Amino acid sequence: MKEEIIIAGFGGQGVLSMGKILAYSGIMQNLEVTWMPSYGPEMRGGTANVTVILSDKKISSPILTTYDTVIALNQQSLDKFESRVKPGGLLIYDPNGITHLPTRKDITVCSIAAVDVAAELGSAKVYNMVVLGALLQMKPIVEMENVTKGLMKSIPERYHNLIPMNEAAIEKGKQSIQILNRI
Amino acid sequence: MAEKILMKGNEAIACSAIRNGVDGYFGYPITPQSEVMETLMAEKPWETTGMVVLQAESETASINMVYGGACCGKKVMTSSSSPGISLMCEGLSYMAGAELPCLVVNVVRGGPGLGTIQPGQGDYYQIVKGGGHGDYRCVVLSPASAQDMYDFVDKAFDLAFKYRCPAVILADGVIGQMMEKVEIHATKPRRTNEEIEKTCPWATVGKRADRPRNIITSLALESDVQEATNLRLQAKYRKMEEEDVLYSTYMTEDAEYLFVAYGCMSRIVETTVDMLRENGIKAGLLRPITLFPFPTKQIQALVPQIKSAMSIELSAGQMVDDVRLAVNGAVPVGFYGRLGGNICTPQEIFDAFKKFNNLQ
Repeated sequence: MKEEIIIAGFGGQGVLSMGKILAYSGIMQNLEVTWMPSYGPEMRGGTANVTVILSDKKISSPILTTYDTVIALNQQSLDKFESRVKPGGLLIYDPNGITHLPTRKDITVCSIAAVDVAAELGSAKVYNMVVLGALLQMKPIVEMENVTKGLMKSIPERYHNLIPMNEAAIEKGKQSIQILNRI
Repeated sequence: MAEKILMKGNEAIACSAIRNGVDGYFGYPITPQSEVMETLMAEKPWETTGMVVLQAESETASINMVYGGACCGKKVMTSSSSPGISLMCEGLSYMAGAELPCLVVNVVRGGPGLGTIQPGQGDYYQIVKGGGHGDYRCVVLSPASAQDMYDFVDKAFDLAFKYRCPAVILADGVIGQMMEKVEIHATKPRRTNEEIEKTCPWATVGKRADRPRNIITSLALESDVQEATNLRLQAKYRKMEEEDVLYSTYMTEDAEYLFVAYGCMSRIVETTVDMLRENGIKAGLLRPITLFPFPTKQIQALVPQIKSAMSIELSAGQMVDDVRLAVNGAVPVGFYGRLGGNICTPQEIFDAFKKFNNLQ
């Protein structure tokens, strides 16, 4: 088993922390993991992305050109990474602010209206967990029990009271994903 | 069972320093290695092990604080990235001359000048061949994972004290910034003053009546004395070449084509080797773990079985010189690299390999 994922969006959307929780969940499931961020002058409002690899074998290159799964959370990321999904792979995007829709027919395309779902849940901060739920609905690469453990490891202890809220957001994300093109 | 933590390479350096008995860290922030000091400050080791963590006013001050600590036989270290390391090179040369052990971590970014904060390997010449003035070498370790970053802190200090010389962990922005699973092993306490006095009889820890004064200096104006120092240094470097070369191989047993790559590039080239093997091409990788001493003999041993060798680096071609010296004209030696913070992908290396070897 090997899953190569890039999560790309605006700084402030929680792209890096979503990747960290996913990677920690992988460790809890006894997988090998790498988490490679775009680092540098990114800031709130700028672009940010992180490549996460989960594998049951040692991971060689943490730098990739194509991905099993692309999660694009803004137009720039969708434009940049749609072509980098492996044939037969998965593209998940948030339709908020998207004017040019994805066009590929050789991949599975899903949308998750995570901004709306997070607003319904009453906290914009759980946005990234809604997206994580959507991913896990399509690809259950880590078990929910290990995601909970991953959350506990990633979130400082003083905020552990917020874990149930994050789990609820993941659950809501699972229910809210829409499949637009299935192959 | 060892605890497994998801952490950045930079964080691993800091956690390892605290858990392996380091006495002091002196540094100045610079991307992409600022998490080293950030982690140390957050962990507050001065409250637990008594380790000193100090943000100096500059890199020049940091390396001279390291010099001072090392004179007393303490395990002291600093970390920086390329432009900051350039400022430390005078201190490194002085420490090599004065035969002082220390650890310097360089998380390399693209240069020259202020360059870019993205990863690079353009400091190979500087760190492996010199940097400061004079005939000196540092032990240079090249990590390729966050676990290596953790493990190499202790290894580097062992070698630095074995040879009384500066040791450098030459990492890059990828290895510093990437998070991976790190196993936290058993820990070493800081050495007591008595232990330091016993194991470092040269240290300036206060003269006792029953021994002569210890003097630590890199200055010897008399040529014969200075030459003797140099010959002693050179003898140490030859001993390192005999005893402390570290390297690893991937698929070299039956390899007809050899890649040589270190640090993050060794990880990326492994994927290229897999791709070539899927295409029926017998490629293999030798990864130097110590860049000085360089695994010259280990490359030479592979020469009879290979048709070519290729060095892959995030530079314009620096380590390739050492690969050429090892191969010594027996087979063609090629090079591929990217510059300015760009990273070669497995596919790019695959294409460059085919072009160099005239393969379809």
